[in-house]
Amino acid sequence: MRDRIVIALLLGLALTTMAAFMGVNLRGNIALALELRGIRLAALVTVAIAIALSTVTFQTITGNRILTPSIMGLDALYQFGQAALVFGLGGLGYVSLSPLLKFGAETAALMLLAMIILRPALKSQMDLTRMLLAGVIIGALFRSMTSLIARLIDPQEFAVAQRAMVANFSSPMIDLLLIAVLVTVIAGGFLLSRRHLLDIAALGRDTAIGLGVTWNRTVMIHLLVVSLLVAVSTALVGPVTFLGLLVTALAERLTVSRRHDTLFAVAILLGVIVLVGGQTLLQHGLGQASTLSVVVDFIGGLVFILLLFARRIR
Amino acid sequence: MIEIKSVSLVREGQRVLDSIDLLLPRGGLTALVGPNGAGKSTLLSLAARLLPLQDGSVTIDGLPVESTPGKLLAKKIAILRQDSGPPPRVSVRDMVGFGRFPHSGGRMTAQDRTMVEEALARFELEALANRSLDRLSGGQRQRVMVAMTYCQDTDYILLDEPLNNLDMYHARQLMLELRRLVDETGRTIVIVLHDINHASASADRIIAMKNGMIAADGTPETVMRTEVLEAIYGFRVPVIETNGMRLALQYASCAP
Repeated sequence: MRDRIVIALLLGLALTTMAAFMGVNLRGNIALALELRGIRLAALVTVAIAIALSTVTFQTITGNRILTPSIMGLDALYQFGQAALVFGLGGLGYVSLSPLLKFGAETAALMLLAMIILRPALKSQMDLTRMLLAGVIIGALFRSMTSLIARLIDPQEFAVAQRAMVANFSSPMIDLLLIAVLVTVIAGGFLLSRRHLLDIAALGRDTAIGLGVTWNRTVMIHLLVVSLLVAVSTALVGPVTFLGLLVTALAERLTVSRRHDTLFAVAILLGVIVLVGGQTLLQHGLGQASTLSVVVDFIGGLVFILLLFARRIR
Repeated sequence: MIEIKSVSLVREGQRVLDSIDLLLPRGGLTALVGPNGAGKSTLLSLAARLLPLQDGSVTIDGLPVESTPGKLLAKKIAILRQDSGPPPRVSVRDMVGFGRFPHSGGRMTAQDRTMVEEALARFELEALANRSLDRLSGGQRQRVMVAMTYCQDTDYILLDEPLNNLDMYHARQLMLELRRLVDETGRTIVIVLHDINHASASADRIIAMKNGMIAADGTPETVMRTEVLEAIYGFRVPVIETNGMRLALQYASCAP
């Protein structure tokens, strides 16, 4: 009952922020402005959905409430794949690839790397501290390797490629929007159809196996779906390290039920409110004083530290 | 029938199980006893596919555990582990309901709900039904886990030290319930016990393990003997006969 009220309130708030994003300070060619804003709104909402779904699922299959795909360095993996592609094809070759092909290749690279690196860790049931450490190392390693590759490439070529690589909340990758929405809808539908299975998986490996869950296969499939969603959000707006943690930690506090339909809904709505609301506020209230990812990471980082210190780590 | 054939397990160079052969026919309450580290929990975990088999085979009604689909096995055999991690923030009713997952796939029918309510009543959990699991005491949580295992409604039930944390009353109630399940519904229950007198009072068969091997196997009358218990536990345990039961007096002041 309380959860329904929370969802209704958040839904109202999310719709309000979306209306504000579309409507505040509309000037000039209104039809064109609405179209541009609509496209960006769609990108932000897609990112919110992708991050919320991937973080909740990742936390369920890893059995913890603190690690998220981006803390484990998955988005750094994606960017490494991007840089490796530029290196392999050269700047011009990279830019002239169709966005779809680029996204496909980068996503495949991410899924492959995630399988190779994360699956052994998940299978051997590493404890939280070690997973956290592994994540920090994976993230740092791949970020450094990305900048190493950037240095190896001819600077001029890299400058060409960088324009195609760097995305942020103010200028999301619009060419990818359609495929991103499609992937998010399919992955989201898949996760929603497996919500009961995820409820069981949240009870831990042994209990889940006892109840008939094929554990290793389940972990692998969901890890792949998580990588897919991370690829979507990183491709659209670049890495946002702490947004996932922020929305799942808040969702956990706002809801009573641990059921995944509720968790998914609340986390997605919170993501929309933070991203769309934050972007509106920064653009119109604070005159682009900062970028959204900096603000989100600042607040999310604080939540991360609070979670680590304020309560027993699960 | 659960058929365990020459099952061995080596962990970090230590031989945990040494070529175990065991037949557990349908029906009956079997108690698994023995000192700490004898391999009892490991054997149960292997039988219920929580651990991968290294050597040997386990079949349940002819189905090999390592290759049968998990869902099918979950309708045949249920296991309650000793340590299932930190308690989730789930209500008691929902947790017991999770036991229906192999049958319902998460979409509970009216029949599933009736079964959940029956389990709550059977294990005296109605008053706690809406409480969250992380707000319960260890013993209450243990009873919820047993109720969930019961709700899975399987022919075979493996319980690893379900009496942990239970007070005298609830331990007795649980043993009575298990006995009733065996007698009235023909289920097969295997239970790891440390209190050998509970085993003597309720079980049809006692299997004692020591150092990864089976040290004794038989009815309470044959196992509950001073010389048998001495071979298992390494000290002389006086055994008395009272009310038609054999009881071990393992207590500190009971000198043999």
